Formats: sequence, C-alpha cells, structure tokens
Amino acid sequence: MSFTDILWTVGIAALKSVGLLVCLLVYIAFALYADRKVWAAVQMRRGPNVVGPWGLLQSFADLTKFFFKEPIIPASANKGVFLLAPFIFATLSLAAWAVIPLAEGWAIADLNVGVLYIFAISSLGIYGVIMGGWASNSKYPFLGALRSTAQMVSYEVSIGFVIVTVLMCAGSLNLTKIVESQNQYGIFGWYWLWLFPMFVVFFISALAETNRPPFDLPEAESELVAGYMVEYSSTPFLLFMLGEYVAIMLMCAMGTILFLGGWLPPVPYAPFTWVPGVVWFVLKASLFFFMISMVKAFVPRYRYDQLMRLGWKVFLPISLVMVILVATVLKVTDLAPKSPEPPPAPVATKAVIQ
Amino acid sequence: MTIGQAASSLLLKEFVAAFVLSMKYFFRPKATINYPFEKNFSSPRFRGEHALRRYPNGEERCIACKLCEAICPAQAITIEAGPRRNDGTRRTTRYDIDMVKCIYCGMCQEACPVDAIVEGPNMEFATETREELLYDKQKLLDNGARWEREIARNLRADAPYR
Repeated sequence: MSFTDILWTVGIAALKSVGLLVCLLVYIAFALYADRKVWAAVQMRRGPNVVGPWGLLQSFADLTKFFFKEPIIPASANKGVFLLAPFIFATLSLAAWAVIPLAEGWAIADLNVGVLYIFAISSLGIYGVIMGGWASNSKYPFLGALRSTAQMVSYEVSIGFVIVTVLMCAGSLNLTKIVESQNQYGIFGWYWLWLFPMFVVFFISALAETNRPPFDLPEAESELVAGYMVEYSSTPFLLFMLGEYVAIMLMCAMGTILFLGGWLPPVPYAPFTWVPGVVWFVLKASLFFFMISMVKAFVPRYRYDQLMRLGWKVFLPISLVMVILVATVLKVTDLAPKSPEPPPAPVATKAVIQ
Repeated sequence: MTIGQAASSLLLKEFVAAFVLSMKYFFRPKATINYPFEKNFSSPRFRGEHALRRYPNGEERCIACKLCEAICPAQAITIEAGPRRNDGTRRTTRYDIDMVKCIYCGMCQEACPVDAIVEGPNMEFATETREELLYDKQKLLDNGARWEREIARNLRADAPYR
C-alpha cells in the first residue's frame, strides 16, 4: 500500500467519523430534550417549552450557556488531571461508536472483534470518572468516583455474560454478523424474544453501567450533590455530561444490535424493506432510549447495598445459568452456528477499514 | 423470599405495572401552567410589591402619621416628615422601604388610616442588584400610578370583609 493510499484511507475514515460525530451530537441534543420531556410528562409537568418551537432548541441553549460560563478550577485540585478527565471520558465514549454499524456496511471500522472493542473502550471510560473524582481533591467527588467504579465493575460482569450468550447464538464477534444472524422471521427472529431474560438483564445492567437512574448513585443529588462532577463547571462539565449521554446512546445502539435486530425491518416484506436500514436502527435505538428515560421517571433509586446485591447475587447467577442453558440447548438441538473455516491470520487481527 | 415473590420479581411484575401507570400519567392533562405566558388566579388579598397611592385628584394620600413605620415588624420602613413647601401641609419628605428586609406581612396597609401604603398584586419585581430593592418615595408613588387600577379593584373586592 503506497503512502497516498494510506492517506486516502485515513482521510475517508476521518470524514466518516466527522459525519457520524455531527449526526450523533445533534441526535443526542434532541435525545436530551426528549429525556426531559418524557420525565416531565410522567410527572404531569410541561418540561422545556420556551426556546424554539415546543422548546426544541433547549439543548442548544444549554450548550451555549456551558460554553460561555467561566470554568472554575478548585485551588486544591490537580489541574492537569482535573482538566484531562472530562476529555478522556468524552473521547472514550465517542470512540466506541467507531464500530457500530448503523446500517449494512455503515460502520466506520467493521472490526472482527467489535464487541470486544466496545467492551474494552466502555470499561476504559471509568478512568475519566476516577480521575475526575480523584483530581477534584474533594469529598463528594471522591465518594462518587469510588461508587461509580464499584458499580461499573459489578455490572460489567453480567453484561459480559449477556454478550457471551448472544455471541453463542450468533457465532461471531463482528457486530454486522451478529445483526445478520438475526435476519429470519422478522421481529420474532431477533434475540430479544429468544433470549428474553438476557434482554432484561442487559437493559438493567445498561442502566447501571451508564449511571442512569435508578442506579445513579455516583451522582446521587440528595447525598453527593452531583458525585464526581461536583467541582466541574462550564466546558469540562459539558464534556462529562456529553460523555454520559454518548455512553447511554451507545448502550441503546448495543441493545439494538444485540437484541433488536439492528437495521433489520420488523417485517421482512415490502413495504417495510423499502425503508432504509438506518431509519430502523434509529427508531429502535430511540425506543430503547425511551424505555431508559421512562425508567428514570418511575423507579426509585436503589440503595448502594441493594445495587450490589442485584449485581452479584441476582444477575450473575441468572446470567451464568442462562449461558449454560443456552449452550446446552444449542448443542442438543444442533442449532449452534457452524464455525466457518478459520480466516487467514492477518485479516483476523487487524481492523478492516472500509 | 417465597417462590411467588421470586417469580413476580423475575417476571418484572412491578416494573410492568409501574410502566403502565406512568404511561397513563404521560397522557394526562398537565397540572402545571405555562407560567410566564399564562398566570394563575391571585386573591385580592395577595400581598405583593408595595405602592403609595394618590387620591383621584392627584394629591398623595400619605399624611406622614408614621403608623406603618411603627408597626413594621421588620423595621423596613423609614419615614421623615415635614411641612410641604407650597402649602405647609404635613407630608413625608422621605419614605423608604427596604424590600430586602420586608417580610410582606401586610401590617403597614392594615395600619394605614388613609389607604396610602398598600401591597399590590405584583410579585415579579426581581432585580439584578440589591440596591434596586431599596425603594424610595418616588419608586413607591410610581408603583401606585402603575398598579392603581388593580389595587383599587382588589381593595373594593376585599372591602366587605375588612
């Protein structure tokens, strides 16, 4: 491969990334608005309704506000780490989006080990939280960071087993392949039905993983003010907030890919097949997000020991049993996906950038 | 934990019930109003921003009896009295209300023998500086001019019960 070829590949990947970034951020701005509106509606309030028609531009007003506020750095904080933490958090949550296939072949990098990549990157995101909580040199952020760490570690275990179950059924770590393996019987062929208990475990673990209510103990307003974000203001705060919502949308996308059939139409016949795959993908992710924001409105916050109990004593056994059960069923009924001939070594180990 | 409890929590019974309930509330009419654009009914007795009133012929009502100053529990009112320059009648030369001290108890308007100092219906007088909340006589008279119609209507509505 000549130098210009590499330049072209990198340039096109960068262009794709910018395109995805812009779409994602605009989508998240409206997701934030929808989140607040849903919450308000359940509580019979109106929610944001002043900026723009029906308040649609509220998120952009908030964005501008954060940009023009004064960033305050506490005198006793470790300045470098304090400012680095939100960047790490936001960058890592955005980085995970590189392998998400929004439609057939629409992933920026169609990694063969996409699931592992997402898992690794989203686990790294916790470093932003820890660094932020530690560098603030303050009590509440520190407690929030500690809680966040313990929580994310606990729920990553059960998410891991959920993913293992899906992988056994799909027979591939490639996200595109996982979606394609669900391409039968329309909506009834997706894994949410076949692996329903795992779907539930995934949904609840996703809430805990992204620090969403009812598991938002790291930022429990009533006790820790805002947890690890207490000392942050202005753009660094915005980056934390943004990273959090990007991570939430990532979980929605993961749920869509693993359980809701990605870009596949619910009924595999015309006119449903005429709709572009990305529309189905966004619709499904939005449905997932709607459920996440509804949960915020009607489930009370867990106590910390309850959270740990749920993670280790309920989800871990359930998912372990399900892994064994699914493996047994797949083996007995001979439904397990046949392992394809081992691919040539170089392809399996490096990213295929399209 | 009995088997029944385990089953109902595994099947997310309460979660589904809560979801259905909150979806019902989702589509209910809103309990809140569109505040800055529409406002709630307020009682004629509502005690809001202060105003000094005038008689219909333009003469100020206040006769500088200082009853309001005496009764004010927060000691927010400061009055200085003296003969007016043109006709020598007793008037206030200074009438200040510290709106930061004021507790909006309404005792000044109860004490006033001539209905001069009243608390009007206005409650939207937030300011950007503290100094703007130290009202002087001119500000209070201006308030009276601006809110006279509402104040008179409220006094009339509440008169039978006074």
